[in-house]
Amino acid sequence: MIRLVVNGRAQQVDAPPLARLLDALRLTLGLTGTKEGCGEGECGACTVLLDGVPVNSCLVAIGQCEGREIVTVEGLAIGEELSELQKCFVDSGGAQCGICTPGMLISADALLRDNEAPTEDEVRDAIAGNLCRCTGYQRIVDAIGDAAVKLATIQKPAPGASGDKSGA
Amino acid sequence: MASFVGQSVPRVDGPGKVRGTAMYIDDYVVPGALHGGTVRSDVARGTLRGIRKDPKFDWSGVTVLTHEDVPHNTVALIEADQPILAHGQIRHCYEPVALVACEDPVRLQHALAAITLDVEPLPPVLTLDDAFDRRVVIYKDDNVQKRYVIEHELKEPIEKILARCDVVLSGRYRVHHQEQLYIEPQGMVAWWDSNGVHITGSLQCPYYVHKAITYAFGLEGDRVHITQAVTGGGFGGKEEYPSVIAAHAALLAKATQRPVRMIYGRKEDIEATTKRHPARVDVTTGCTKDGELVAVHIKCLMDGGAYVTLTPVVLSRGILHAAGAYRWKHARIEGVAVATNTPPNGAFRGFGAPQTIWAIERHMDRLAAKFGKEPLAWKRERAMAVGSTTVTGQVLRESVGVDECVSRAMAASRYDAKRAAYDRPGEAKGADGRSRVRRGIGASVFLHGAGFTGSGERRLKGKVRIDLETGGRLRIRTASTDIGQGTETVFRQLAADAARVPMDRIAFETPSTSAVPDSGPTVASRTVMVVGSIVARGAKLIGDQVRAFAAEREWPASLPEEFARAADAMLLARGARVSELVTYEPPVVAQWDDETYRGDAYPCYAWGCDIAEVEVDLDTFEVKVLGFWAAQDIGKAIHPVLCAGQVEGGTLQAIGWALYEDVVWKNGKIMNARMTNYVIPTSKDAPPFETILVEHPFSGGPNGAKGVGELPMDGGAPAIAAAIEQALGVTCDDLPLLPERLFEAYSRSMPATERQGAAE
Repeated sequence: MIRLVVNGRAQQVDAPPLARLLDALRLTLGLTGTKEGCGEGECGACTVLLDGVPVNSCLVAIGQCEGREIVTVEGLAIGEELSELQKCFVDSGGAQCGICTPGMLISADALLRDNEAPTEDEVRDAIAGNLCRCTGYQRIVDAIGDAAVKLATIQKPAPGASGDKSGA
Repeated sequence: MASFVGQSVPRVDGPGKVRGTAMYIDDYVVPGALHGGTVRSDVARGTLRGIRKDPKFDWSGVTVLTHEDVPHNTVALIEADQPILAHGQIRHCYEPVALVACEDPVRLQHALAAITLDVEPLPPVLTLDDAFDRRVVIYKDDNVQKRYVIEHELKEPIEKILARCDVVLSGRYRVHHQEQLYIEPQGMVAWWDSNGVHITGSLQCPYYVHKAITYAFGLEGDRVHITQAVTGGGFGGKEEYPSVIAAHAALLAKATQRPVRMIYGRKEDIEATTKRHPARVDVTTGCTKDGELVAVHIKCLMDGGAYVTLTPVVLSRGILHAAGAYRWKHARIEGVAVATNTPPNGAFRGFGAPQTIWAIERHMDRLAAKFGKEPLAWKRERAMAVGSTTVTGQVLRESVGVDECVSRAMAASRYDAKRAAYDRPGEAKGADGRSRVRRGIGASVFLHGAGFTGSGERRLKGKVRIDLETGGRLRIRTASTDIGQGTETVFRQLAADAARVPMDRIAFETPSTSAVPDSGPTVASRTVMVVGSIVARGAKLIGDQVRAFAAEREWPASLPEEFARAADAMLLARGARVSELVTYEPPVVAQWDDETYRGDAYPCYAWGCDIAEVEVDLDTFEVKVLGFWAAQDIGKAIHPVLCAGQVEGGTLQAIGWALYEDVVWKNGKIMNARMTNYVIPTSKDAPPFETILVEHPFSGGPNGAKGVGELPMDGGAPAIAAAIEQALGVTCDDLPLLPERLFEAYSRSMPATERQGAAE
């Protein structure tokens, strides 16, 4: 029995240690948001965060995940509310057929956690392991850039905003 | 009511896709489902003598089916030549021969490996040149699957007209296979019950599958239920092939009396499914000494693969686009499709046009060079305009925005200044400050006919049903699928505007043949222009009925809640369904003659000008695309963000085809059937795109819209080639433009002394 935390919840998976993390997520835990496009770590559709680092879950053995923390696309929204990044993907045309989108969002989310104002080159580097056949990537790059700007505005309230709160 | 058309509203299926809750076929959990797999030939051509099951394998709980288990063993399409499971003859390396189903997916793999085929090999035909030369005859008596000829203003043979021209130029241009490589592999789930057969899966055209299954099993149409799951990209690859998987899954489900999942892995998907037709295009042109275009003679040869499938239609579209965007006085265009012992080639975005537009665009660049002219300006002077006549005798009455496309792409890219600067050959330093690079900029000018060819739409009679539901909701019932391009969203925009209700009052029925009428297939850039126009017409009829009902009672019906109240009252009063079934009527214009290939080939054309700027590394011959400007006249952008997404995505597929993608064959087998070695562009390979949507409205399209889906696939490769030619001073007539090929061409083009220097 392998114990791990998925999207903030403790989970137990009864699987051979060499079973793929991808299958544990999809088949055992029913988290089908993570997709399989190639099964050999090339397309990135199965990208998840493993202790905050994006990995191809088709290449990770479940046995390596004991005691570790996984975030999948299902863990990005805050309850009913989409994250800023998710909203920007919808608004900017970052998702077309949507099959690469879960992995793309995970890679982008990891980037924005580390780098709050990435350059376009840094964005393209961060998603270089996620293949998209629909968009030409421009709208995805734009969506991630838009999300960075929006997150910066939210995280850095205008001067005086905190003063107002303490006064209230 | 504010207009939704022209606004980039959030796409309706977006939230499900970013949450990961959208259900693709591999995400369906079907209790009791078996896993299905396919036993395939591994020789390109031969006689199938037998199928052997390893007696040492435990076959309990394993079902194996062969051609004897198929009621009507034909994939119903244009010709009845492709079997659902091979019998007697093997015609390509991945021919399906037997089907296997069992409970455990790992055991399934073992069972597939425990079946061997006894095939007596025959000499195969593997390339279109060999097929055309009839070294071996594998189809009818000449390997020819289809022929067409277009003749325009020919009172004497084209050769005589060409012989009188001052300047005659000939060239041969080649293009290669391309894999669609949608990121979601193909897959279907099938089961049977007392209502017949139910098949759900990744597909573009529910009624194509419906036709194939109805025929294969000899069923009444109402016992076949084909439903689209959320589909992870198609690009034509999920147009005709899904019928094959659907038939296979349904056969196994019928035999086992269990649901069967048949989901392809990537390798099987690349190997067995269709690809873009390779082509060899010979172009001869004649001009006056002043460079006026007089005559064009084109011979287009396409590789159809082992079975006819959609090849006649692909070839037809190919030759109808072969003369490009230009005005010719005389033309003869011949198309021939030949059979080879490779998997059938099929639909892929552009559908024959990218192949011939590659050839005419390369040739026009060559022609401009012969006259010592700057190619884009030269092409622009010869491009069609309103009033021009095409090579099928079609007079363009409206909506020809090609000149505006050229001028806006030139301005945005600063084409003239860059072209002049890069014309002075010299090395520059690459972005890393070390590498030796050369830069170039190049352009293409092109067109794409939207909708079915000729009288196709008149014959097809695509239908849409709009229902009025409680709360003033309109439900769109259409077989036009959303495969990522945004059909659901754009149809809601069109319906909302036409019915004058908010967009959230419009519902989109899941495309299932039991719930939607046959709108025709989701192909040919026809979804918005053709089907969208009847969505709008149906929605307007419903909206008008509700308002008329309210007006009779002197009720207000302009606000959404007033409209909803009137709609509810109307539904109660009628006590019956309020619904409109609308059929597409093509605009009445000049007729099309299938025999002579004369007349209006398409209701209208979309136009484009692409400009690519590249940097070529003189040591590695890698090509970096520095920038890409695409100006495309699509009539009206119903949703500008989605339109730009179509343009950029289609263009990057064209760039991939030009620079990276190459199906490597050996003895009829694919050597690189993996994502690791069939290379598509990544975010690092993709250039920054500047997309310019040009709007010259078409009177027959909804709000003036024309097709946008395929146009972007046509111009990318020739623009990239033109830019590389300027950078390196080489000739690029054949795709793909891989670094090793560019190195060879560049080495050949340099004097021996410089070559020596380069080698050091």
